[in-house]
Amino acid sequence: MKALRNLIDNMKPSFEKGGKLHMFHSVFEGFETFLFNPDTTSKSGTHIHDHIDLKRTMSIVIMALIPATLFGMYNVGYQHFGAIGELAGQGFFDIFLFGFLKVLPIIIVSYGVGLGIEFAFAQMRGHEIQEGFLVSGILIPLVMPVDVPLWMVAVATAFAVIIGKEVFGGTGMNIWNPALIARAFLFFAYPSYMSGDSVWVNIGEGQKVVDGFSGATPMALAAAGKTDIDVWNAFIGLIPGSIGETSTLAILIGAVVLIATGIGSWKIMVSTVAGAMVTGLLLNAFAVNAYMALPAWEHLIIGGFAFGAVFMATDPVTASQTSRGKWIYGFLLGVLAIIIRVVNPAYPEGMMLAILLMNTFAPLIDHYVVQGNIKKRLKRASVNA
Amino acid sequence: MENLINIFIKSIFIDNMVFAYFLGMCSYLAVSKSVKTATGLGVAVIFVMLITVPVDYLLENYVLKEGALSWLGADFADVDLSFLSFIMFIAVIASMVQLVEMIVEKFAPVLYTQLGIFLPLIAVNCAILGGSLFMQQKAFNNIAEATSYGLGSGIGWFLAIVGIAAIREKVQYSQVPAPLRGLGITFIITGLMGLAFMGFMGIKL
Repeated sequence: MKALRNLIDNMKPSFEKGGKLHMFHSVFEGFETFLFNPDTTSKSGTHIHDHIDLKRTMSIVIMALIPATLFGMYNVGYQHFGAIGELAGQGFFDIFLFGFLKVLPIIIVSYGVGLGIEFAFAQMRGHEIQEGFLVSGILIPLVMPVDVPLWMVAVATAFAVIIGKEVFGGTGMNIWNPALIARAFLFFAYPSYMSGDSVWVNIGEGQKVVDGFSGATPMALAAAGKTDIDVWNAFIGLIPGSIGETSTLAILIGAVVLIATGIGSWKIMVSTVAGAMVTGLLLNAFAVNAYMALPAWEHLIIGGFAFGAVFMATDPVTASQTSRGKWIYGFLLGVLAIIIRVVNPAYPEGMMLAILLMNTFAPLIDHYVVQGNIKKRLKRASVNA
Repeated sequence: MENLINIFIKSIFIDNMVFAYFLGMCSYLAVSKSVKTATGLGVAVIFVMLITVPVDYLLENYVLKEGALSWLGADFADVDLSFLSFIMFIAVIASMVQLVEMIVEKFAPVLYTQLGIFLPLIAVNCAILGGSLFMQQKAFNNIAEATSYGLGSGIGWFLAIVGIAAIREKVQYSQVPAPLRGLGITFIITGLMGLAFMGFMGIKL
């Protein structure tokens, strides 16, 4: 640790103003504050400092994502060997290693492209590197199907970072969740790679699948009317799906971390689940087909619902910022997700588009909540006067 | 009744005037700087559409369409005045807008000055003429359906403009790159809003 500190201190002068590497100072600064807490203090006025800055916040979210990521890797291997009928002969680590080697390139591409663009923008616009991409960079691989070509990940990441975030001024100013913009971009630009039954399970060239194998996700099956979901497997996550979204259990561990550290809003998580349950129960009551009759709580464990509700909807930048706004935002999000899932035959999953749509209206919800508060206080003031 | 609700929901979300047809963009882009004025203009558009679509429906079915004049007598059974529909629709819209303008000027003078030229320009707001022309194309069965369609389309346009106004109020505090400030970022926002609205496409009610 000490040696690292010394190394950084030795390098520092050449990045400072007048040093020969000054043009890369934002890159240097980014690495330095990533490794060590900055010890800068404010120069005027009274400020209360603690060590939770943007980098630390993002690190906690990444920690919360680790269970889902590791389980996603295991599940990629599990689905692969299950599909070619060799599951019995494989040990735990063989399965995990296979998934690890499949998922790692996607993560590397996502981080490489995204951070590259962030660094370039930071240099061009002369500000410090913003850490927002640390989380988006892991979220993007987790919402992709395992068979997605790497160049598509690169294109989608570039689109999300530039159009979704940098044109708004960078981290903390975007209106839509960049990871979802990346996924929506691919979903509409290359639908055959992002949906259907063949993209969720990796099957190598020349490998034969076992008889009766179907790579369809529980969502696709439910949309087709086959609603007998294996609840336990869906909860644990041993089902086909995007890399990180399948395991409700791993996501719940992440949710506990986010709520315990106060980084994810429990209000949004609770109200999203409430909205989905209310809609699900209403649809159950008026069910005219098998999908509508799917028990409301089963919606919570299939598809990307849990992942979206815990990691995407709670994004503090794109969600509603006011307390009452969060309840409204989350509730409508849950309602819309289930409605798009069940009522819209064009899309098997509704979570992505529901979150994007509620991101669109989050500023409006905030606006009305704030106006409502102003009106309420004005009334109170005039009564007292 | 179910049919009316279907048309209503469909015209708000699925056939949204802004995000599905990109109609009414000029005032949508120009008057969306603050939620307050956007709400004013949005309500005015809802009102105008709510009135003009059913009135145009009556015109279409009792005056303009081929054979629509048969209620005058057998001699008029094959008169086809549909070449007049554009001018008639625009006349109806323009007179309705005059009415709205007078009401707004009388009861909300602040809003009247804020909206400025865009209030009379509702007359040439393509979303409103579009509403009437889509009504003609969709050949609704009765006036209730046409009313529901007009109201829904107006509300859809209202949602779009207040939504983007709230976003633009927020974006004011962002460090948008200088060349994109103003209209540039607004176009990008509109495109991304359209992406979000695509969740409704494909729903068949």
